[in-house]
Amino acid sequence: MEIVLAIAIMALGAVVLGASLGFASIKFKVEGDPLVDKIDAILPQTQCGQCGYPGCKPYAEAIAKGEEINKCPPGGAEGVQRLADLLGREVKPLDAEEKPKQIAIIDEQTCIGCTLCIQACPVDAIVGAAKQMHTIVAQLCTGCELCLPPCPVECIRMEPIAETIDNWKWKYPVVEIKPESAAASMKEAA
Amino acid sequence: MLMNLFKFKGGVKPPTNKTQSVGLPIAVAPIPSRLVVPLHQSIGGTPRPVVQVGDKVLKGQLIGEADGWISAAVHAPTSGTVIAVDMQVQPHPSGLDAMSVVIEPDGQDQWIDRQPFDYTNAAPEAVREYLQQSGVVGLGGAVFPTHGKLTPSKTVPMEELVINGAECEPFITCDDLLMRERAEEVVRGVGIFRDLLKPKKVLIGIEDNKPEAAEAMRAAVQAIGEDFEVVPVPTLYPAGGAKQLIRVLTGKEVPAAKRSTDLGVQCFNVATAYTAWRAIAHGEPVVSRLVTVTGNVHTPRNYEVLIGTPMDELLDLAQPNPDTDGIIMGGPMMGFLVPERSVPVVKATNCLIAHNERLFPPKAPEMPCIRCGSCARACPHELQPFEMYWFSRAKNFGKTQEYHIFDCIECGCCSFVCPSRIPLVQYFRFAKSEIWAREREKNAADGAKTRFEFKQFREEREKAEKAEKLAKAAAAQAAKKAAEAAAAAASENTGENAAPAGEPAAPASVAVDAEKAAKMATIQAAMERAKAQRAAAQPKNTETLSAAQQKDIDDIEARRQAALSSVPPAESGEKTE
Amino acid sequence: MMFAPAPFLLKDTSVSQVMIQVCVALIPSILAYAWLVGPAILAQLVIATLAALLAEALMLKVRGKPLDLFLSDGSAIVTAWLIALTFPPLAPWWLVALGTAFAIVVAKHLYGGLGQNPFNPAMVAFAVCIVSFPALMSQWPSVGLELSLLDQIKVILGFGSPVDALSGATPLDALKTGLKMGEGTVTVSSLLANQEIYGRVAGRGWEWVAAGYLLGGLWLWHRKVITWHVPAAFVASLSLISGALWLYDPAQFANPLFHLLSGGAMLGAFFIATDPVSGCTTPRGKLIFGAGAGLLAYIIRVFGGYPDGVAFAVLLMNLCAPVIDLLTQPPIFGMKDKS
Repeated sequence: MEIVLAIAIMALGAVVLGASLGFASIKFKVEGDPLVDKIDAILPQTQCGQCGYPGCKPYAEAIAKGEEINKCPPGGAEGVQRLADLLGREVKPLDAEEKPKQIAIIDEQTCIGCTLCIQACPVDAIVGAAKQMHTIVAQLCTGCELCLPPCPVECIRMEPIAETIDNWKWKYPVVEIKPESAAASMKEAA
Repeated sequence: MLMNLFKFKGGVKPPTNKTQSVGLPIAVAPIPSRLVVPLHQSIGGTPRPVVQVGDKVLKGQLIGEADGWISAAVHAPTSGTVIAVDMQVQPHPSGLDAMSVVIEPDGQDQWIDRQPFDYTNAAPEAVREYLQQSGVVGLGGAVFPTHGKLTPSKTVPMEELVINGAECEPFITCDDLLMRERAEEVVRGVGIFRDLLKPKKVLIGIEDNKPEAAEAMRAAVQAIGEDFEVVPVPTLYPAGGAKQLIRVLTGKEVPAAKRSTDLGVQCFNVATAYTAWRAIAHGEPVVSRLVTVTGNVHTPRNYEVLIGTPMDELLDLAQPNPDTDGIIMGGPMMGFLVPERSVPVVKATNCLIAHNERLFPPKAPEMPCIRCGSCARACPHELQPFEMYWFSRAKNFGKTQEYHIFDCIECGCCSFVCPSRIPLVQYFRFAKSEIWAREREKNAADGAKTRFEFKQFREEREKAEKAEKLAKAAAAQAAKKAAEAAAAAASENTGENAAPAGEPAAPASVAVDAEKAAKMATIQAAMERAKAQRAAAQPKNTETLSAAQQKDIDDIEARRQAALSSVPPAESGEKTE
Repeated sequence: MMFAPAPFLLKDTSVSQVMIQVCVALIPSILAYAWLVGPAILAQLVIATLAALLAEALMLKVRGKPLDLFLSDGSAIVTAWLIALTFPPLAPWWLVALGTAFAIVVAKHLYGGLGQNPFNPAMVAFAVCIVSFPALMSQWPSVGLELSLLDQIKVILGFGSPVDALSGATPLDALKTGLKMGEGTVTVSSLLANQEIYGRVAGRGWEWVAAGYLLGGLWLWHRKVITWHVPAAFVASLSLISGALWLYDPAQFANPLFHLLSGGAMLGAFFIATDPVSGCTTPRGKLIFGAGAGLLAYIIRVFGGYPDGVAFAVLLMNLCAPVIDLLTQPPIFGMKDKS
């Protein structure tokens, strides 16, 4: 009899706790971004396809399904790190060389106005019309390089974004505790 | 005059080193061999150059046009020839260059035609625009365009106008000398600000280590008959920070996220008031400013310097000692070593300090933070610098923002008191610029994403439209063929023999016909709707038309009718669609 | 040159200056200690200092840090002195050396060295030793011990007469044991009447050492090395709890003054709980930290099994410090009106 009572009490407790947990999960449901959106938010949105997927969103979907996280060169090592943090995966070295940020520039003398690059640009950053010279809107260019292959006269080149006073960043203060080299850097500073 | 002063928390008392440069009166620096006038000399948009190489310019002539509301014009500091409009190294810690106008002076120093501006009869907007055109910016060091600060809040009445003559940074004395020698013009400039902002009180705060300046200002206020209060404030760095001075004089604390006018208070530097008066009363745009030249020099002194003067030429006037190994622009607490000695004096240059190791001994090596909390006690914004340092160092920028890194004014008090010699401010600058860069990148990525998604959407739509068009064309073709077949069948008039050939086409053509009919019906409906809309649009305000007007209207109506009838219905249907 | 950062003027201060001031502040109590309790403390200070510097040098070498810079910062010496002052003065040299080495190697460097240790190293050493060597750590010489410095050194080095013969318990411990043995027949006042052990207030000689800590602590406060928050809160909470229980039953609970001046209360309030690295940093946090340490110290020393509770109290509060700091962030300039 006591055993039955004990089981009954435990069962009752389980039911009550289970019900309250269930209630709480409905009542206090956190409306978070789905995982794909979170991954997509980390990807740099260059839409370059260097990962082998036709855009950042498809790659984000693939990552969510288990694809490697180190296939996005524009995101760089930092991007891999942030993806690893988000997904709790191991940080891996980037699958390709990390390049400085670049933008495409059309040599307007050579351009024949074929519109092929306009069609290739994933973010509509190239303006121009058939048989008219094209140009790239620098602020919109993501540096994806997708316009390079279609150009029949190879008039598009990539140039690293120059540092100006407006986009210049303060450098990380050198953490130097070795007195000799500190003294040396002081001398340099002077 | 006794006044209840408030205190701000924190602050430090570095040696002031001001006496060296106040012994001599202000001297006018000679015109240098060459002037490099950067176009971007204030916060906000970069002015567009309006001169070309070879142009002759007069002193005060516009050379850079303000770009946008938060931007201020730039003028030629003397008469001469424009010899270049190109990139020049800037007095900026980056050592990068920016667009500048290089002028070779002709030595005449010939002014443009100067006209005083009658501001008492002008609308406030006109005065603000005039000040913008005159290049008046905050000369305390922040170079925010002054006109942008001269609009009172719409909801909060202006209580106090605070005029900043505190000049709390060590070594700098240019505001001190300005107030001593040109107090009257400063006070008249303050009068302009007062007239635009209409505050209840005007408080001129001067640190109590400048009694001569305070006396001169008081005398000028009395002579002009204004009711401004000249208030000595305790000498405590950074009492000359706008927010700290507002706190000391009014007890109000302006948070980083708010404008001071939202609290009914505004603050200007004395030198800004002076240049505003020169612009209004004499028609002189800002082409020069006072610069303290001090530090490791033989004769420290204040000079009135043309904007664009190379710093080394200015420093030479004060005879720097041979062991000078750099030039600090600004004070020793917030200034920076300029990247090259020849960079130009700009509107933000209040002081040049010849640097050597005797005045500024090299820093001891950085030690780990021992969380002693000295920085938190010294911080005038009551932040926790050691926590911000910790997260900046770990590049955990989200956390630095939780600790209010953007409330940091980079005054340097924390670095000054740190026993571990940590360059705290440097870490905060690093973190701030990283956060800004990330924000820029994030915005760019978001923009790219939207554009990419729109392009995809557009391509999908185009594909769909194309497919539809193709289907339509195919259907039309099929219908035509069917019709032909039917006609052929009819003409041949064979009965059952031909039926197998015609049969497959017939149901298809029926379907196509039905579809076509439906399409026509929708087009018809759309046309009806459009017609109804046109009919519903009744002419208004037609009661008092003159005969001529009525005739015009009739003519137009007639033309419209004619046009409508000439347009084929299908086309107009498409248009409505 | 471009990155030589402002400010170019710096206050004349350094970590070693801070540490030296702490050491200077300890001198009055060290003098009182040597004069009234026994000069052996001087030998212990030397032993602890040597052990600390050796351990520090070793760890710096292992971690590849510059020796001269970090050895001269003085932080190891402060740890060493606190250990020497909290260990029994006639404890064998190896116990002090072991404790100090443990503090420097494990409690300090294994957590990342200067500024990184979550627990006060000296208190970690004390706790580890009192758990590992309870007998050795509870043997205190009777005050007024007629033993020359040389003889005391001999005892410390293990050549002299066995320690047991020379020592008893601390006044705090003696009171607790006395009350327990008496089983309600003795009262605090009857025990305290024995001035041989308890002196006028809180232990013969020891009360003057405590006064020395108070003096040194006030000087540190005057020099702005420490703020008033932690000591004030510590003293206030210890006085409040001891006062309340003393008023409730003066026969069983000693008066607040006894608690303030006995054991490690003053040392803890001014020198140990004020350690910035392992303690709280916000003003309100410091108040909570000090109050918590005072309360826990009282509970452990009166109801617990150890002779004194300051070390455990400080360690327990060290555990809570990060959370307290997080929850007591002060409002910043211009944000005070908002909740």
